[in-house]
Amino acid sequence: MQDQVLISVRNLHKWFELRKWGFIHVGFVRAVDGVDFDIRHGEAVTFVGESGCGKSTLARTILGLYQPTKGEILFQGKKLQKLGRWYRAQVGYIQQDPYGALPPFMNVRRILLEPMVINRRGTRTERERRIREVLEEVKLTPVEDFIGKFPHMLSGGQQQRVVIARSIVLNPKLLVADEPVSMLDASVRVEILQLLRGVQEAHQLGVAYITHDLSTVRYFSERIFVMYAAKLVEKAPVKELISNPLHPYTQALLDAIPDPDPENAHKFKEVPPGEPPSLLNPPPGCRFHPRCKHLIEGLCDQEVPPEFEVKPGHYVSCWLYK
Amino acid sequence: MRGLLAALKEITRYPSAMVGLFILAFILALAAYAVITIPYGEAIRLWRGGEATWRYNPRTAAPAWIDYLTPKKLLRTVILGPEDAQKEVKVLSERTRRLIFTYTLDYEADVFPSELAVVFKSQYEKKPPRVEVIWRTPDGREFSFGRQIPSGKVHWYTVSQDRDLIASLRGAPEEVLFQDPNAPEKTLKGIHTITIKAYVFEPEADLEAEVVVYGTVYGIAGTDHLRRDIWVALLWGAPIALAFGLGASFGITISSIVFAAIGAWFGGWVDAVVQRLTEIRMVIPTLPILIMVGLFYSKSIWVILAVLIGLNLIESTVKQYRAVFLQEKRTPYIEAARSYGARHLRIIFRYLIPRVIPWVIPSFVLAVPAYVFLEASLSVLGLGDPVLPTWGKLLSDAFSHGALYHGYYYWVLEPAFLLMLTGFGFTLIGYTLDKVFNPKLREI
Repeated sequence: MQDQVLISVRNLHKWFELRKWGFIHVGFVRAVDGVDFDIRHGEAVTFVGESGCGKSTLARTILGLYQPTKGEILFQGKKLQKLGRWYRAQVGYIQQDPYGALPPFMNVRRILLEPMVINRRGTRTERERRIREVLEEVKLTPVEDFIGKFPHMLSGGQQQRVVIARSIVLNPKLLVADEPVSMLDASVRVEILQLLRGVQEAHQLGVAYITHDLSTVRYFSERIFVMYAAKLVEKAPVKELISNPLHPYTQALLDAIPDPDPENAHKFKEVPPGEPPSLLNPPPGCRFHPRCKHLIEGLCDQEVPPEFEVKPGHYVSCWLYK
Repeated sequence: MRGLLAALKEITRYPSAMVGLFILAFILALAAYAVITIPYGEAIRLWRGGEATWRYNPRTAAPAWIDYLTPKKLLRTVILGPEDAQKEVKVLSERTRRLIFTYTLDYEADVFPSELAVVFKSQYEKKPPRVEVIWRTPDGREFSFGRQIPSGKVHWYTVSQDRDLIASLRGAPEEVLFQDPNAPEKTLKGIHTITIKAYVFEPEADLEAEVVVYGTVYGIAGTDHLRRDIWVALLWGAPIALAFGLGASFGITISSIVFAAIGAWFGGWVDAVVQRLTEIRMVIPTLPILIMVGLFYSKSIWVILAVLIGLNLIESTVKQYRAVFLQEKRTPYIEAARSYGARHLRIIFRYLIPRVIPWVIPSFVLAVPAYVFLEASLSVLGLGDPVLPTWGKLLSDAFSHGALYHGYYYWVLEPAFLLMLTGFGFTLIGYTLDKVFNPKLREI
């Protein structure tokens, strides 16, 4: 079970067309531009990358909210485009802003009922039992205190628990968590992440955890995928990646994690110069080359680096490891 | 749903809303009373009935309660029927009999009656009876008139229009018979004795007579130029106004929201079509089209209501709703709903539309009086429903018969008061709902 592939993404592209006056083609925003990965049953995977690198677009494409421009997504070996509504029940979605993710005019019971009603799950009593079950699972207890409440009556952490409850109410096999804690108070972040981890382990869920914050990664996930400018640049198990980052971008990213050591107060941290490239018009070759200190002229700025398996399970797209 | 109930509970905290609710309850009670006591078909029959239905009512009489407000004693219609008469029968021959009916009328009013009439109800085979009226005033003067042969089973002898009598009395009978000879502008109070002599010429023949002294006041609301009881129209105006106002407002609000939601949700050409239709609708004036429908097709209030809703299916408020929906459609919870499989219709009706309900309700309530007034304006323009009694119809009749010029103020004031009351009630409730649903408007 553990080794079976749950979802596999092959050469996925999602381009958005830009138009002037509604009909003149200007170009494409290449939000996801050739991404390959697998998530196995019961495996949590972290996608990390800075804002605007295409993480959320990737999440929405996995969820089936966007149609891929090119490439394919296979869920348990079947093409996603052919799965329809059945697939919706197999994936849970946890969003960034818990308050926005809950319809303000529905109470907790109704919010949890909706997915079951839409997917015609169970009878009335079974639904009610399931609602109580998931509320207990996300530790909104006593259930009676929460079941009739509206989202604005709950705290941010409680709201996010309701969102998690909703995402698992249909017994999905995969969870897509798009920055689930970045809008929460620091005090509840760890709690929510531990809850998520507990839920994931209890049900053996595959999780795609999307974040820009590497410091939360260690609570979670087996592997880390580093995304830069619409591409995955490095894929490795968590410990391996943190102890031995290979891609220059990953190294820079890890360096940027604040370390609570008083000695660091006056230490200068080196940041790669420049800014991430425009996805409308990305640079040729390696997309990181304009900012890279290890630039190999004539190679990095001309040819797209393929994926090299440096160690078993540790892949990197960088010419340095040719 | 619970939110709506809570809101309703909350508006009871505002005195203005309580006044509004009270007014609305009154109008609703009036409407319910009308529908229960006078069925729809009956209301139409009464209102179209004309003279035959209302013959015993005075013309353009003020409401009876006016009597309590004026120092003069006004007159209610007096009908002296067979049971009020003393009947004497004398057999004159084998075939001929003389019938004498004696009526007494105690006249106390300070005003003259508006009309006088005698109704003869006779039964005969071939030869009609002959009759004569002898009127004896309280001061002993005696007038004999109406020597005639009543034709048909029911014969109306309108004393006030008897030209010979007018000529011989040198004045209107209803004034001369009741005035004080010494002070012609005053009435003579006391007991009038009216004797009707009739000769019947067949053994089976018989005759009854009624003396009708038409008053100057009538009922709760008075009468109009066709002797119709205005109270009927005031009563039935309530359910019709409510049905028209609520129906139009509800239909137009709901359809505009649905179209706005569909346009905003699907976007693209669907949105473009809805928007262009809205803009076309915004430059088409409603009133002239309704006037044309009224002139060339049908004046039925229900047809007008259907045309009004049809014309406004896509109202200008579509623009406001669309603005909200466009914002709404990008919210994470809609995305979440799509991720767990909600389809288009479910998203439109369960996720988009509930969001605007709070501020749609006040505008829905506030729009009701506008449509009530629209119906009244159409009626005043002569395009009211010809069969149904409505408030607007009353105003229209009053206007075309110079009610204000002749001093029939009640005829204009009563429907106008009810129209304004309805508008006022809905406005009070609407503004309070606005405060409840949009807390920004609350006074500090």
